[in-house]
Amino acid sequence: MSDAALPHPAPVDAPRAAANGWLKRALASDLFYSFRRSKLTVVAAVITLLFFLLAIFAPLLSPQNPFDPAQLQLLNSRIAPLWTADGQSPFLLGTDEQGRDVLSAILYGLRVSLVVGILGVAFSGALGITLGLIAGYFGGRVDTVIMRIADVQLTFPPILIALLVNGVAKSVSGNHLDWLSMLVVLVLAIGLSFWVQYARTVRSSVMVEKNKDYVAAAQLIGLPAPVIMLRHVLPNTTGPVLVIATINLALAIITEATLSFLGSGMPETMPSLGTLIRIGNNYLFAGEWWIVAFPGIALAGLILAINLLGDWLRDALNPKLR
Amino acid sequence: MLAFTLRRAIQAIGVMIAVGIISFAMFRFAGDPVNQLVAIDASAAERASIRQSLGLDDPFIVQFGRYLFDAAQFKFGVSYQFRQPVSDLLKERMPATLELAICATILSLFFGILMGVFSALRRDSVMAKLFQMVSLIGISLPTFLIGILLIYLFSVTLGWLPSFGRGDTVRLGWWTSGLFTVSGWKALIMPSITLGLFQMTLIMRLVRAEMLEVLRTDYIRFARARGLTTRAIHFGHALRNTLIPVITVVGLQFGSVIAFSIITEQVFQWPGMGLLFVQAVQNVDIPIMAAYLIMVSLIFVTINLVVDILYTVVDPRLRATISRAA
Amino acid sequence: MTAPVLSVRNLQVEFATRRGLLRAIDGVSFDIAKGEVLGVVGESGAGKSVTGLAVIGLIDPPGRISGGEIHISGLRIDNLPPEEMRKVRGKRIGMIFQDPLTSLNPLYRVGDQIIETIRTHTNLTEQQARKRAIDLLAEVGISAPEKRIDGYPHEFSGGMRQRVVIALALCAEPELIIADEPTTALDVSVQAQIISLIKRLGRDHGTAVMLVTHDMGVIAETCDRVAVMYAGRVAEIGPVQEVIKNPLHPYAKGLMGAIPTLAGEEKRLVQIPGSMPRLSAIPQGCSFNPRCSVAFDRCRIDRPEPLRQGTQAVACHLYDHATETAA
Repeated sequence: MSDAALPHPAPVDAPRAAANGWLKRALASDLFYSFRRSKLTVVAAVITLLFFLLAIFAPLLSPQNPFDPAQLQLLNSRIAPLWTADGQSPFLLGTDEQGRDVLSAILYGLRVSLVVGILGVAFSGALGITLGLIAGYFGGRVDTVIMRIADVQLTFPPILIALLVNGVAKSVSGNHLDWLSMLVVLVLAIGLSFWVQYARTVRSSVMVEKNKDYVAAAQLIGLPAPVIMLRHVLPNTTGPVLVIATINLALAIITEATLSFLGSGMPETMPSLGTLIRIGNNYLFAGEWWIVAFPGIALAGLILAINLLGDWLRDALNPKLR
Repeated sequence: MLAFTLRRAIQAIGVMIAVGIISFAMFRFAGDPVNQLVAIDASAAERASIRQSLGLDDPFIVQFGRYLFDAAQFKFGVSYQFRQPVSDLLKERMPATLELAICATILSLFFGILMGVFSALRRDSVMAKLFQMVSLIGISLPTFLIGILLIYLFSVTLGWLPSFGRGDTVRLGWWTSGLFTVSGWKALIMPSITLGLFQMTLIMRLVRAEMLEVLRTDYIRFARARGLTTRAIHFGHALRNTLIPVITVVGLQFGSVIAFSIITEQVFQWPGMGLLFVQAVQNVDIPIMAAYLIMVSLIFVTINLVVDILYTVVDPRLRATISRAA
Repeated sequence: MTAPVLSVRNLQVEFATRRGLLRAIDGVSFDIAKGEVLGVVGESGAGKSVTGLAVIGLIDPPGRISGGEIHISGLRIDNLPPEEMRKVRGKRIGMIFQDPLTSLNPLYRVGDQIIETIRTHTNLTEQQARKRAIDLLAEVGISAPEKRIDGYPHEFSGGMRQRVVIALALCAEPELIIADEPTTALDVSVQAQIISLIKRLGRDHGTAVMLVTHDMGVIAETCDRVAVMYAGRVAEIGPVQEVIKNPLHPYAKGLMGAIPTLAGEEKRLVQIPGSMPRLSAIPQGCSFNPRCSVAFDRCRIDRPEPLRQGTQAVACHLYDHATETAA
């Protein structure tokens, strides 16, 4: 292997070993380079941004507020999209059985899906990173216990865990959850389902970093453990954590949509994309395809765009593949 | 070897006990078993006597022991919704889920490995790029959307395949099978594709990545230096080394196939355990949820154990380290 | 005087990279006769291993042979179609890689890997091939070969594995063996055994051996001739005794540990100052000129071509008498 495989010295180990500021600058430039090179990634980024903007400005863009029952009229129910023979203004994408404008419902549903997804990722990330730091830094029995739980949980698919959390929450509350507590339950369910990957990643880099001289030096000058962990060890895990978070955002949105589709998510009065699809699915056989199709396309497009970004990020941050 | 198997078995039992604790906690604290057995207007005395008879006033450890003991004999109490023993319900529903899961796994294994190997060997071909694209879509489309799409296409529009149920089944002892009738097979097609697609995508990506990794190894280079045929190198040496990690993942994935079947069963109203579970969550039927958790865990743990043992059979290195450690 | 077993003429190898075309090998020529051991020595990145890989046709994209010719016993092999080249590999050229720990497929029995190779290149039956495999293992010095043949690679020590690798290279009685740093990954105590094994096998079978190494000790002990490579070119080539005793090229002198100072007195030199240029930044003229203590103007402009000096050949303007008269 001496000089056969690579005609030029490959900086494989460099990023990890290097000082922090240097690493960031190098990554940023390389990241930007590979970003510009991949057209698909640029398109995905634009689409993702577009979805976020649509969600943020939903009230300005939608013809009606689908969460406000006063604005819904049963008279307008199940109208086909505007460009079909039975289409009616202003319902561009048609209406559902409650007379809800599908376009407005999608824009508002996008908000719900994104909010749940982002909060879910934030919660699972915080949980996973904290547990990973603790496990890696202190080691010993704490480490064993945390990692055992992680091992066991990893064998259970997130959707099952989320459903169980959901079912228990419903049971404890006597099956009467308003939308806000439902949102909290969803975020909890997603967070508890996805923390393991963060914990494992963070733990393994902590184990690498904590034996390095600069950590010993920090300990010598008497910095407390949390400071060392947060200020010195954690920044080294930024790359992998970012990749996991991106991919998990897609997973969290899927999970929320799935829970809502299974009737264990957002209520019909405040539908997310998954809820809209569940409602629409009931009318598929009657030929009213638009009620399910457009929320479906929106959901698939959103997830696809985020996944493309995540894929690219993973490859771009992986020194092995460069 | 024996010691290794034993150690793994003990670990498996440990996991099952942990699951038992969670399941018991759900059963005992999340739902009040008494409420489900008496009329709403039952008197306090009535309630107390039922509490007594159910042993709910005993110390927790006794209750937990009793729960585990019962669970070990597959006694999970009575469903709130159906007023039937949960174990009967599960037994009735299990064949449907297993047939679906196995069918989906076979499908995903076959196509996943095929596509993965192809896209690793012909990395720059148009087909490989197409497979990559398909895999990305497979990961990005939520299972239920795929199901809905298939139903719209093949049931609503073309009318070729049934959109729900198992078709006609044949009874073999307590097992009901849809594999012996045409309508059973027809009913199985779309659910298996729906359920298998995500796994197929995973397997394809994994096989591709592993194979590319293996093709870069020294022993492959040495095999080429020995003048072995491309076929022998790719399908003898590289594929075998590739499939070892794939075994584990597929084994672990079978567990999640069963859990994912919750969604597929809901979409296709497939009368399996998953559908039962979804209904239980919607109706807060705690005994079914607790029992389902235990059953699925049991399946997971058993498969993991089998995979671990299988692994040592396939990989001589591991066999060696294990016998040395033992 | 028969044709040499291996004849490399003006070989060029290029790698296409993100930063442009890199020339890893630039105009390398040498011969190896039957039964002869040629050592190829140089620093990491000098192109030793790439030369070996080019000969056996294992340069993978983005690399490619971009010029020159390679002949094996008169047959030109650098432009053979892939399937024809495959039949040459293993059959006419055997190769031994650096790390015996990773050269063998861990999932297959040692014997199966040998039998597979034998049967790829001969018409022997399974039984005959197995018998030959046992003989081969015995020949490379593995005791109880009839038992060890059913062992897995991980059951062998590093030295024993390298013996298996050598047996694998010998399967089809090749005319040429390329050994790429065959002892680097081994314990010092085992290195000598492996080297003497390669030497003995080469002699017994009349096989030509190309021994790639950075270890001058190994070269001195084993080789008949030696080629000193620097930055993708051959700086000096000649009989091993001559090159060691009387190196001509300033780089070879540095490598051999002694270099004359301007004052003319001999002085031990610890190291050659600087390091070998990266392939993307090879200087004009002689690639060694920035590190050379005796470089003059022409060295920075013209690239030196190999010049015959007795039994040696050296690529250095110092020995070009045209220069002397011109200067």
